[in-house]
Amino acid sequence: MQTEVLIIGAGATGTGLARDLALRGVSCVVVETGDVNSGASGGNHGLLHSGGRYVSNDTEAARECREEGALLKRLAPQCVEDCGGLFVAVAGDDENFVADYPGWCAAAGIDVCCVDPAEARALEPVLSPKVVAAFAVPDATIDPFRLALENMAHAKALTGCSLLRRTRVTGMDVDAGRVVRVHTVNTVSGEAGTIEAAQVVNATGAWAGRVAALAGASIPMLCSQGTLLVTHERMTRRVVNRLRPPGNGDILVPGGTVSILGTTSVTIDDPDRARPTVAEADENVRQALPMIPSLGYTRFVRAYCGVRPLIRSDAGQGGDGRSVSRGFMLYGHEEAGLSNFCSVSGGKLTTYRLMAEKTADLVCARLGVSAPCRTRTEPLPAAPSCRWTEPGFAPRLWTQRHDADDPLLCECEMVPASAVDGIMDDCGQQFPDPGLQALGKRSRIGKGSCQGAFCGVRVAAHLYDTGHYTSPKGLTRMREFFTERFKGQRPVLWGPQLIQAELAEALHCGLLGLELEGPDTAPAPGAAKDEEARP
Amino acid sequence: MSQPERYDLAVIGTGLAGMAAAVFASSRGLRVVQAGSTGAISYTSGVFDVLGALPATREGQPARPVERPFEALPELLRDEPGHPYALLDPEDIRLAFHELMDFLRGAGLPYRAGGERNFLLPTPAGTLKHSWCVPETALPGCEALAQGAPACIVAIEGMKGFSARQVAVNLAPHWPGLTTARVAMPGHPGGEVYPEQVARMLEVPAARKALAEALAPLLGQARVVGLPAVLGMHRPGDVAADMERLLGRPVFEIPTMPPGVPGIRLKETFEGLLPGRGVALFCQQKMVGPLPAPGEPFRLRVAGQPVEHHVLADRALLCSGRFLGGGLGGLRGRPLTETVFGLPVAQPEDRAQWYRQDYLDPRGHAVHRAGLRVDAALRPLGRDGAPAHEGLYAAGSILAGQDWIRMKCGAGVAIATAFKAVTTLAGAR
Ligand SMILES: Cc1cc2nc3c(=O)[nH]c(=O)nc-3n(C[C@H](O)[C@H](O)[C@H](O)COP(=O)(O)OP(=O)(O)OC[C@H]3O[C@@H](n4cnc5c(N)ncnc54)[C@H](O)[C@@H]3O)c2cc1C
Ligand SMILES: Cc1cc2nc3c(=O)[nH]c(=O)nc-3n(C[C@H](O)[C@H](O)[C@H](O)COP(=O)(O)OP(=O)(O)OC[C@H]3O[C@@H](n4cnc5c(N)ncnc54)[C@H](O)[C@@H]3O)c2cc1C
Repeated sequence: MQTEVLIIGAGATGTGLARDLALRGVSCVVVETGDVNSGASGGNHGLLHSGGRYVSNDTEAARECREEGALLKRLAPQCVEDCGGLFVAVAGDDENFVADYPGWCAAAGIDVCCVDPAEARALEPVLSPKVVAAFAVPDATIDPFRLALENMAHAKALTGCSLLRRTRVTGMDVDAGRVVRVHTVNTVSGEAGTIEAAQVVNATGAWAGRVAALAGASIPMLCSQGTLLVTHERMTRRVVNRLRPPGNGDILVPGGTVSILGTTSVTIDDPDRARPTVAEADENVRQALPMIPSLGYTRFVRAYCGVRPLIRSDAGQGGDGRSVSRGFMLYGHEEAGLSNFCSVSGGKLTTYRLMAEKTADLVCARLGVSAPCRTRTEPLPAAPSCRWTEPGFAPRLWTQRHDADDPLLCECEMVPASAVDGIMDDCGQQFPDPGLQALGKRSRIGKGSCQGAFCGVRVAAHLYDTGHYTSPKGLTRMREFFTERFKGQRPVLWGPQLIQAELAEALHCGLLGLELEGPDTAPAPGAAKDEEARP
Repeated sequence: MSQPERYDLAVIGTGLAGMAAAVFASSRGLRVVQAGSTGAISYTSGVFDVLGALPATREGQPARPVERPFEALPELLRDEPGHPYALLDPEDIRLAFHELMDFLRGAGLPYRAGGERNFLLPTPAGTLKHSWCVPETALPGCEALAQGAPACIVAIEGMKGFSARQVAVNLAPHWPGLTTARVAMPGHPGGEVYPEQVARMLEVPAARKALAEALAPLLGQARVVGLPAVLGMHRPGDVAADMERLLGRPVFEIPTMPPGVPGIRLKETFEGLLPGRGVALFCQQKMVGPLPAPGEPFRLRVAGQPVEHHVLADRALLCSGRFLGGGLGGLRGRPLTETVFGLPVAQPEDRAQWYRQDYLDPRGHAVHRAGLRVDAALRPLGRDGAPAHEGLYAAGSILAGQDWIRMKCGAGVAIATAFKAVTTLAGAR
């Protein structure tokens, strides 16, 4: 296969870059070892930062967030809920931090407004009576799945840019300072392939160090796992941040119909092995209790995690690691003698557009393309098949026009069979054999209180009926789907969710015997990697 | 307030264990009071397992299906010495099942036990289930599968979670000549339809006739016809026989997702017949109270409805189930608890050990083996290792050392331990 630009990694950055390049008339191919947002872009808080979180220690990153956040609210409103945010301190928190906060915000240009603690509690009744200070900032939330899917869809519409899912980059041939060939392997079939591209971009987030090494370049990286917990119901209207230096369990972000509590920070060796733990779940709840006491008895339906790529400080900013901003890193890898390979990593979901812009600038300069960046001004078109990731969309639609012949396959999140068919059609045009996992990525299926236990069975039956599953492999796909959903449930199995999990296993194993080895039970190679971390 | 009524036995719970216990106790002339949410029993598939699989004991091993449950018991007990079956004579398991089956047959719900072998029956996923005792309405499917007789699996339009193609495609390697069909339920307005609705419709002969007419042209060479479990709510054998007559070939049922019709049949049968046997049955209510002092009767409160009842019972049989049933509780940052009397629960050290990392790990999860430790007479042990109270017994899934989900021994443990507890306490009276 040949292409002008090969992008490795289909997170927010890779998909955003695909669109940026497409808008400049440059065509590309995106390869992704899992599916869209298999990495940090699917394992984050979904907070569209106002910058308020970074004012105390990183004014530049805060300013970047402020600008990019404002831009996305305007250009991709379908992906954003402009809910606002509060920073609150409780009795015992550092008073100097509280006193300095408005000044820091002003320095970063962030609109901040002091809110009386009693008023803050009136705005968000779940706040502790011990709140002693509160500030309002223009935080918002963003749906990273819809964002990435719509970026991809737009790139496809513009230049036919394609996404190769389940395609892992395993090697690169370098000749005379150029990456001449990229080797890939299909993580499902095991089939090997090669891609030749004029320019190769490594947009693999926490994996960037490993992928750069394939080309003989180096990025000194550390991986930090962060775990988040999803509540059964939405608890606040606004984003609620603890007014103290960033730490564990200090943000509660609404995510449509739920709230997301986070996060921890645990250094890990291998980003492929990230998974949320019981200890992190307990720590998040414990830390958050002073701010929101009712979290002590709130029902959580799931946990998930993402891996932050941190550039190791002992390595300094050496090499040619041009620090475009302290928020993210763009490497041209000239020091490794390479002229058509670059890496972009770090940053935020909030700043993905800026990261894509700076990367596209470098790629275009190397290609000799002079078209300017247009993502600063062009709105992101809404794509109909991408709207099912939005919590609350399906129930709204159902109440508006309920079709008796269109059964709800996912009863928790009210996803009808017609949505499943639509997404499957859309996926079918892009890649072979879409199934439960792909549907989970592109809709709310499996995200409600049953966590896929029931809807997974119903959707699988529907996929057999509609001819998408035609062999016992469908059972393997069911096993993978339930296994994947379980990873996120395990840390929060207490109270009602423990009961739910027992019922699920009674169905999957007690009745259906899915754990028993059969001729079809051999796990698909690479199945474990299909991280699907979002709620 | 009036004097509380006095009973010989309080059965706490109306799952399979509690219901079976009430049948056994009322047959033995005991005055029984019973409470619980009867919804619990409608979740069961309707198929009664004794032992269907042996979980792996070491990492990397597969779990193994069991063909001959009684022959496999010693192996189970070697691997799982704390299993409640260790306290039973295998003959008691058979006796217990046959006594319950006699009751169910009398109520119009005939079951068939498998002798030395498990039946092999299709599930709605198209996997095969090994079970020892099945409703007679499932039997023609087991037989046709065993003989490789051509069958047609029929799905009903609008019934979610049941795909005839899924069943057929996945069973094809074991069952040659399977075909599929799909019909709209005659008389149903269209849209979603639930098994329970269809079952109630098929109680009426005209509906059976209409369904048979719709089905007949679709069946081809099939010698038997498999449907989701919808063959009537009461007297399913009669409904099945009528369908067989109309179609000219046997018809069988495949269990559906919970709560399915076979579970609801059990629920309605027990609910309907136990009061006539003198059982004071309080549905959708809880029975709570303190553990009495030695020699004292149980003073229990039947709660959950506006009018509360107080009862006295010489003995109590705790059949309150696990997390789903409500007998065990698990909260964050605390050990698992027994919810009625606060009995000690045998359990893993902390929450991180409740579950393994991999959902489908063939060894199963430690949390499912947690539960009550009991003495040889099925009396739960207190903190000192002696029976918590001389008149308190426990049966069913609340018992420690078994993982009914992975061992496929749910009904077996429930029915057989209920039998053992009742026969013991009736004898000791
Ligand atoms: C816990 C947590 C919370 C966060 N919360 C927020 C927040 O609230 N707001 C915010 O703005 N930012 C947040 N972030 C940061 C944000 O999520 C990330 O900065 C952003 O998602 C990074 O996107 P990316 O595309 O660069 O990397 P990723 O999303 O990690 O994408 C990299 C992709 O590369 C793929 N890949 C890896 N190796 C290969 C290979 N060999 N071949 C092919 N593909 C490969 C991976 O599968 C992955 O899909 C958070 C991060 C974490 C970890
Ligand atoms: C989805 C599913 C599928 C199954 N499939 C099969 C199968 O194929 N084969 C098989 O053999 N078994 C199967 N079973 C298992 C079987 O049906 C029983 O659930 C199991 O044997 C446990 O029965 P039990 O009576 O001990 O507990 P439960 O059925 O859990 O019943 C517990 C009862 O105790 C009551 N209770 C709790 N606290 C109190 C209180 N304080 N006062 C009064 N009542 C109280 C509850 O309301 C409930 O009625 C299945 C179960 C489920 C859920």
